[in-house]
Amino acid sequence: MPGFEQQPPPLFKQGPAPLALLILYVCASISLLVLDDRFRYLEPLRGAVTEVVSPLKKVVQWPVIALTTVDEYAVTLDQARRDNAALRQARLMDAEKTQRLEVLEAENQFLRKLLETRRQLGARVQPASILYSARDPFNRRVILDRGTDQGVIEGQPVVDDLGVVGQVTRVAPDFAEVTLLTDRNQSIPAQVVRNGLRTVVFGTGDGRLEMRYMSSNADVQVGDWIVTSGIDGIYPRGLRVGKVESLESDANGIFSRFILTPAAGMGRYGEVLLLDPVTLPTDRPETLDRKTEQQATTFSKKKRKAQ
Amino acid sequence: MQIDFQSSRLLRPARPGFIRLTLVLAFLLNLLPTSFWAFYPEWVMLVVLFWSIRAPLVVGTGSAFVLGLLMDVVDGSLMGQHALTYVLISYAGRVLSARILWLPLKQQMLHVLPILFCGALLEVLVRWFAGDEFPGYLYMLRPLITGLLWLPATYVLMLPQFLTKDRDYERPI
Repeated sequence: MPGFEQQPPPLFKQGPAPLALLILYVCASISLLVLDDRFRYLEPLRGAVTEVVSPLKKVVQWPVIALTTVDEYAVTLDQARRDNAALRQARLMDAEKTQRLEVLEAENQFLRKLLETRRQLGARVQPASILYSARDPFNRRVILDRGTDQGVIEGQPVVDDLGVVGQVTRVAPDFAEVTLLTDRNQSIPAQVVRNGLRTVVFGTGDGRLEMRYMSSNADVQVGDWIVTSGIDGIYPRGLRVGKVESLESDANGIFSRFILTPAAGMGRYGEVLLLDPVTLPTDRPETLDRKTEQQATTFSKKKRKAQ
Repeated sequence: MQIDFQSSRLLRPARPGFIRLTLVLAFLLNLLPTSFWAFYPEWVMLVVLFWSIRAPLVVGTGSAFVLGLLMDVVDGSLMGQHALTYVLISYAGRVLSARILWLPLKQQMLHVLPILFCGALLEVLVRWFAGDEFPGYLYMLRPLITGLLWLPATYVLMLPQFLTKDRDYERPI
């Protein structure tokens, strides 16, 4: 009878069929990829594995990080003296500005009270230092030495002495992952300093920033400074984002695209500041949900009427 | 088990404990913060491929998948990015093992290089689908350097088999 012939037993031990296993694992990887990229369902799993691996990681990375700190100790007295003098001068210059800022802030608060708008200025800051940048060359991310144990939360803006660096995107008990502004998936609401024109700045993935789909007659010039506009409720207003470097218009001449150089030192290692978000990031405004519910009820009513 | 067809010495199969130890060591080497060297070799990929060719019953697609997921978490990359690459590379190693082990060591290396290149390209492709940019041509140096390490890696990973004490002098095949 065809189809019922007995197979001879295998001569060598083979284990389960390799092709079946391959198909199983490839399907599993692809579904993980989709789940992570499109829906972000895997953060708990990632957190659990990170908690297990992070002590190991710390032990392995300790010598390398220790070496980089040793490098800092090997600064000559001359260099330290020069730095000290420069810093002292910078502090004097800043002192004058700070004194004026205090007066201005008080005045601003008074004016805001008059206008009855509620908005917090002056965010709480926390210094942190960059340990290293993530190994995966596809990501524009750096790792900070502070985590949830020091009160770091997801969504906190990160700045350095020159401008906005990025945003905390993942936190673990003892470190935080910051996605740089130059990452392709990062965007920040901003405005042009010269005329207050509001835009959104995106990362390009190659170390620069861009403003997409600006109307071709937008009043932006090469050399303009772009700062945060603060309307997202995460980044405080007025932090430097970048400087307009060049302009590209599309073939139709409807939109133009501006390329920016980031203000902050993106490739540097060093100290950064973690700011508190002006308002905590929320998943979804409640009003939106209510609206959809209303829509749903009206829809069902209509349906009932139709029936 | 021999190093290639020219070797006249028969070696015992590698001990599973040692194989697992080398996998862990490769993982630790990959943990080092070396993002400033784009060409830093992919140790885990090398060791997974090596043992998939030499000992496919101990290291197969399953261990490749688990190690890949660990690398994804540690690197903060997409879940499944390294897993998919390692699984396919391990399978390629298993399928081609009979042919690769027949060749002399330098030609083995030439055979392994394209497999590693395909792995790197696959990662670029996966990230490209996710909307990321090509990380630069230096990234393509990584599989090349990993492949060049095949020669020293063979000797290092098979060292315990060479140094075994219970050599049978009665039958020196």
